[in-house]
Amino acid sequence: MMGLVISAALLGGYYAILATGLAFMYSVMNIINLAHGALIVLAAYGLYVLGTQGIALPVGIVVMSVAMFAFGMLLHKTVLSRASGGGELLPLLATFGIAIILDNLMFQTFGADNLSLAPFVGDLSWASFELPGDIFVGQLSVYILVAALIIIALIETLMRRTDLGRRIQATSQDRATASLLGINTGRTAAIATGIALATGVFAATAMGLRSAWGPYSGSAQLLFAFEAVVIGGIGSMWRVLIGAMILAFAQSIGAAIHPQGFLIGGHLTFLIVVFYRLPTWRNAIAKFRQARVQA
Amino acid sequence: MMTQSLITVTRGGATAQITLALLAVAALVLAGLPWLSGIGGSGRAVALLVYILLAVMWNALAGFAGLVSIGQTLFFGVAAYITIRLADAGVDPYVAILLAIAAGALLGWITSLFMLSLSGGEFAIGMWVLSSLAHLCVNLDPLIQGETGTSLIALNAYALETRSAWTLWLALAVTVAVLAALVVLLRSRTGAAITAIRDDEIGSRSIGVDVIRTKRIVFVLAATGTAAAGALWLASNTTFQPRAYFGVQWTAYMLFMVLVGGLGRIEGALIGALLFFVIETLFGAFGAWYLVGLGAVAVGFALFLPNGIWGWIGPRLPGEAIPTGYLITEINKTSREEN
Repeated sequence: MMGLVISAALLGGYYAILATGLAFMYSVMNIINLAHGALIVLAAYGLYVLGTQGIALPVGIVVMSVAMFAFGMLLHKTVLSRASGGGELLPLLATFGIAIILDNLMFQTFGADNLSLAPFVGDLSWASFELPGDIFVGQLSVYILVAALIIIALIETLMRRTDLGRRIQATSQDRATASLLGINTGRTAAIATGIALATGVFAATAMGLRSAWGPYSGSAQLLFAFEAVVIGGIGSMWRVLIGAMILAFAQSIGAAIHPQGFLIGGHLTFLIVVFYRLPTWRNAIAKFRQARVQA
Repeated sequence: MMTQSLITVTRGGATAQITLALLAVAALVLAGLPWLSGIGGSGRAVALLVYILLAVMWNALAGFAGLVSIGQTLFFGVAAYITIRLADAGVDPYVAILLAIAAGALLGWITSLFMLSLSGGEFAIGMWVLSSLAHLCVNLDPLIQGETGTSLIALNAYALETRSAWTLWLALAVTVAVLAALVVLLRSRTGAAITAIRDDEIGSRSIGVDVIRTKRIVFVLAATGTAAAGALWLASNTTFQPRAYFGVQWTAYMLFMVLVGGLGRIEGALIGALLFFVIETLFGAFGAWYLVGLGAVAVGFALFLPNGIWGWIGPRLPGEAIPTGYLITEINKTSREEN
C-alpha cells in the first residue's frame, strides 16, 4: 500500500515535468501547443544522437536546451506569431499540423524502433533507495520528481521576480498596451516559446530514461500533460504539480483495479473534473451546500 | 437628389443551378458505378463518399461552430464498433449500420451535454481524451481482442457484387441526406445564428442568440455524419482493427481536407475531399512521407491561405455555388437615368 502511494507520487513527478512546458505556453500565450509531445520526442532523439556520439547526458541536456530554445524562437517567428494573429482556431490547427509533420519525419529518420536513454547513465535506471519497511524506491523517479519541483520553482521565480517575467506577463495580458510601454512583444513571446521548449528537454530526459519510446510516442505524452494541466487548473505552476499528482494516483488506482485500467483511470478522472467544472453542476452543488447550512 | 433603389433578394442564381446540376450528375455517375466499373470502383467510390462526409462534418464543426476537435474518431470508431456488435448479435449488417448511425447521434447529444462547456484547445484535446477512452474500452471487448480486431463476417450473407453495390448506394444516400440536412440547417433561422456565432460569438450572444443550443445542433449533426462515415468505412473494408478506426491519422485527413478546401464553406469541404481522394490515390503508398506532405500543406494553407482554395474561387463566381445566404442585387434607378 505504502509502496503504491510512493510510486504514484513519483509518477506524478514525471507528469509534472511533462506538463510544465504545455501549461507555461498556455498561461503565457494562450496557445495549447498540440506539438508539445512531438517536440519532447524530438528533444529525446537529440539527446540520443548526442549520447551515441559519446557526449555525457548532462552535457547533452545543456546542448539540447540551447538548441530547443533556439528552435522555439524560430517556431514562434515562422508559425505561431502568424497563427495567433488569426483567431483562436489557427494556432490549434497549425500546431497539430506540426505534430503530424514531426511524428512522421522522426519515423522516416530514425525508424520505428523503440529507443531508451538508459544505456548512457550506467546503473541509474535500475538503482534504488531502500526505505525503512523494506520499500525500494527507484532513484531515477526520485530525481525526476526533484527536477520537476526545481523547474516549477524556477519558472514561478522567473515569472514573479524577474524583469523578463514581468515583460512576459504584460505581453500575455495585453499585447497592444505592452508594446505601447516599449516592450518588444514579438521577441518576448518568442523567448517564452523558447523557454517552454527548453523545459521540454528535461521532460525528454525523464521520458527517455524511464521508458522505451519511439517516433509516435508524442501523442501519449501530450495527453498526459494536457490531463494534468486541466485537472490542476490554470493559474500557478504549482497547480500543474497537483494535477499531475491526481492524474498519477487515478492511473495507479485504475491499474490496481484492472490490468488495462491504468489509462482508463486517468481519462475518467479528467472527465469527472470537466463535469465538476460545469456551471450547472457547480450551481447545484452550491445550492445543496446552502440548503444544508440552513437546515 | 433622391436616389431610388430597387433591391431584389434571391437565393443563388445561375452559379447555384450549375453547381446543383454538377452535383446531381456526380451522384448519378456514382450510383451507376456498380454497372460501369464493378467492385473495385464501388469500393473507391465509398472511400470518396466517406472522405466527403468527414470533411463536410468537420468543417461544419470547425468552420461554423468554431469547435476544433481532434477526437471526432470517437464517433467514427464507436459507430463501426456498434455495427460489429449488432451484427454479431444477429442483426442484418445494413440495419446494424443504420442503428449505429442513430447511436452516433445519441452519443453526440450526450457528449455535447458536458463537452460544449469547454472551448478552444480544451475542447480539442478533451474530445481526444474521449476518443482514447472509447478506444481503450473497445479493446477490452473479448469479441475485438485488443488490437487484433475482427471483421464484419455477417456481410458474407450477401454476394460480393450485391453487397458492394448496396454499400455504395447506402453511402451515397447517407451523404446526400447529410449534405441536404446541413444546407437546410444553414438556410434556417438556426443557420443565421450559426453564421452570427462564427463571425462574433460574444456579439451574437448579446443580441439573444442561444450559443450553446446552436452549437449543440451542429455538434450532434457532425457526430451523426462522422458516425455514418465510420459505419460505412467498416461496410466497405469489412475488417475492424480499433487502431485503424480510432487513429489520429483520420484527424489529420479531416484537417487537410478542410484547410486546403476552405474553412467555413461547404464547397470548400467538397473540393478538399475530392483533392484528398486524388492525392491519396496517387501518393498514399508513400506512407510516412505522404503524411509529412499532408501536414506541411495543411500548415501552409492555415498560415498563408486561411480561406483555402474555395476562398480564392468563391469570390470570383457570380453568386454562391451552394446558396446558404441571400443574394442582394441593387438596381440604382437614378444612376441609370443619368447614364
